[in-house]
Amino acid sequence: MSERERDEHSGVETTGHEWDGLKELDNPLPRWWLWVFYGCIVVAIVYWVLMPAWPGLKGYTPGILKQSDRVAVVEDLQALQAQRGRGEAMLATASLQQIEADPALQAHALSVGQSVFGDNCATCHGAGGGGNRGYPNLRDDVWLWGGSLEEIEHTLRVGVRSEHPDTRTSQMPAFGRDNMLTAGQVSDLTEYVVRLSGRPADAAAVGRAQQLYADNCAACHTPTGVGDRLVGAPDLTDREWLYGSDRDSIRGQIHNGRNGVMPTWEGRFSPGVIKALAVYVHVNAGGGEASGVAATAP
Amino acid sequence: MTIIIDRSRDRSNATGPVSVAEKQREKDRPKGLYKARVPIYPKLVHGQWRWIKWVLLIVMLAIYYITPWIRWDRPGALPDQAVLVDFDGGRFYFFMIQLWPQEVYFITGLLVLSALGLFLVTSLFGRLWCGYACPQTVWTDLYIYIERMFEGDRNARMRLDAAPMSFNKLWRKAGKHAVWIGAAFGTGGAWIFYFHDAPDLIRTFWVGTAPMTAYVSCAILTFTTYVFAGHMREQVCTYMCPWPRIQGAMLDDQSFQVTYRYDRGEPRGPHKKAESWEGRGDCIDCNQCVVVCPMGIDIRDGAQLECINCGLCIDACNEVMEKVGRPRGLIAYDTDAAVAARSCGQKPQHRLVRPRTLYYAIALTVVGCLMIWGFANRKTLDVHALRDRNPAAVRLHDGSVRNGYTLKIANHGFDTATVEIRYGGVPGATLTSPGREATDPLTLRVDPNRVTSVRVFVTAPAAEDVDGSRPASFEIRSGDERQAVRTAFEYGDLR
Repeated sequence: MSERERDEHSGVETTGHEWDGLKELDNPLPRWWLWVFYGCIVVAIVYWVLMPAWPGLKGYTPGILKQSDRVAVVEDLQALQAQRGRGEAMLATASLQQIEADPALQAHALSVGQSVFGDNCATCHGAGGGGNRGYPNLRDDVWLWGGSLEEIEHTLRVGVRSEHPDTRTSQMPAFGRDNMLTAGQVSDLTEYVVRLSGRPADAAAVGRAQQLYADNCAACHTPTGVGDRLVGAPDLTDREWLYGSDRDSIRGQIHNGRNGVMPTWEGRFSPGVIKALAVYVHVNAGGGEASGVAATAP
Repeated sequence: MTIIIDRSRDRSNATGPVSVAEKQREKDRPKGLYKARVPIYPKLVHGQWRWIKWVLLIVMLAIYYITPWIRWDRPGALPDQAVLVDFDGGRFYFFMIQLWPQEVYFITGLLVLSALGLFLVTSLFGRLWCGYACPQTVWTDLYIYIERMFEGDRNARMRLDAAPMSFNKLWRKAGKHAVWIGAAFGTGGAWIFYFHDAPDLIRTFWVGTAPMTAYVSCAILTFTTYVFAGHMREQVCTYMCPWPRIQGAMLDDQSFQVTYRYDRGEPRGPHKKAESWEGRGDCIDCNQCVVVCPMGIDIRDGAQLECINCGLCIDACNEVMEKVGRPRGLIAYDTDAAVAARSCGQKPQHRLVRPRTLYYAIALTVVGCLMIWGFANRKTLDVHALRDRNPAAVRLHDGSVRNGYTLKIANHGFDTATVEIRYGGVPGATLTSPGREATDPLTLRVDPNRVTSVRVFVTAPAAEDVDGSRPASFEIRSGDERQAVRTAFEYGDLR
């Protein structure tokens, strides 16, 4: 190898690399740098001995510390369960009103409720509880089965048309499909219901439907149409429509009489979690029906 | 590894005496891939700058060791330590100031201020930080002091290192390392007091119940102190620290630096007592500036990367100049421009106000004012309103519209705050919070020193004339403090 170029200024050899006239000096690495490198090798070997390191045909070398992320996860989960146990005890001993009125308990119930709601309820009621057609909006002040804390908790426990023996249940007949009323009568009743909610309707049809309503609908929906919570009959005079507010939707519901289903959650959730969920729903509905509906009900 | 920033001389054509450091470098020229550290035996020197360095060393170490033990009374269960980085509680305490993690921008501002201050000082007076205040310098000084206690001064140390192993050498070396490790442990041990209550930690540390982070941090700091201050010393500055490489951008020929006044010193050479000083420089080539240098360089080579501007060579040279009866200040804090002017027979002029220093000073003032403004306008209550987005708006049975919000109220104070909340901007709006009494204004009690999350709902009659949303605001009052949080009331498509 030929003699390498020496930089005149510093007297250090250059690497021979040059960029735009700048040459790289071949200064030596400090010796301690080499020691750090050897140190890293030693650390790596120690790591192989202590920690899981080498794959084998069956499994791997476990290392003498027997470190395992899987075991750590199981332990963490147990710790989490223990922690949740404390929260569960807190929720189980307090009443629903106490939970909602105490800022710390309410915050705990909201965080538990949010997580449980997201996993179990959001599929039908929407992530924010805003509902969908056929699935009630849980954020407003209209409640088929009652919007107080106790009523919400009860609905959660027993469900609607579920397998629970005490399930909430109601029956909207399929007047058209089951030939209880003719298509014309269903159309007349549709006009009547539109009128009930304060919208303009065909006066002749409304007149024809008066007797039909009294005979077929008033038993559940009451003569004035404000509904009856005992039988889960919705208020027909408000602006909330589970299956749609336009004439086609109303006609369809009188014809087919759809009845929604909500599962029972008793047995799937602990009483504490059901309480938390009830508080979550109640709070996010702005305090259920604290004002409004109750005043207009008969 | 030598970057010479000396523009006053063309070294390639330089004739004349080769400095000792240059000779040493010549000897060390690469013969292999790796270069062993050349041991440096700095000689003890007396004088003005050494004295300042001793004083600063004591002051710096005192600040470091005493600070965690200063008590500061805070209410309740809050820590009574004046300066504390409380990771468990998520707070930083500094006397009357308490910072939350989300206020980390104050720390950022402080770091920016420090950096700008460092830039300004460096462009004016060179690397004062490196020479006097940097922990690496302070601790290295301390370690050299300990070394001198056991092994004597420069010559004794060199003899001891060259001598074969003996009982004398063994106990001196063992003693030195033992005290070094002790000092290192003291350093690491003091560090952890900044993160936990000091009186409590000093007890739990010894009975083994302190947090693992305390032991690990203490061990790491002990190790790095022992290695950096005892063994690596100038290597840390030369190889590890980025600052020597950056500082070249702050310095110019008007910056005060430790300077060998070659206009006065050259041509250098040994001087006998009776000889005349005519026709020669004041430098008698006694090499004292080199032997006292903790970085092992020769300042007569000009400003260089390794030089930390500690001024010890100034003291050494002054001592020699007094002995030979020449004026002090052959090596002094001076500027390149002044030396160059003198060498041409002109009167040197110092310019402290230069565009560079002006820019740094302006930037420093601006950031400083911003910090002061930020601190002066810190509120006890920090309120954020998060509007529900799913659903954005809810229609109620009577056609009115309701929006939900989560109010996050951070109470930075140490007392429970009574907060009044009003909602403005939407006609006929009512504000309620489930689980709380419906009053107007909505009144809440907010716990001290934490964030309280409150669900509130605003109900307003449907407005046929408003498209989409309406700007609105929460007005928050607590005592004399009043603030508005801007938000919107969403009508959605529900009209």
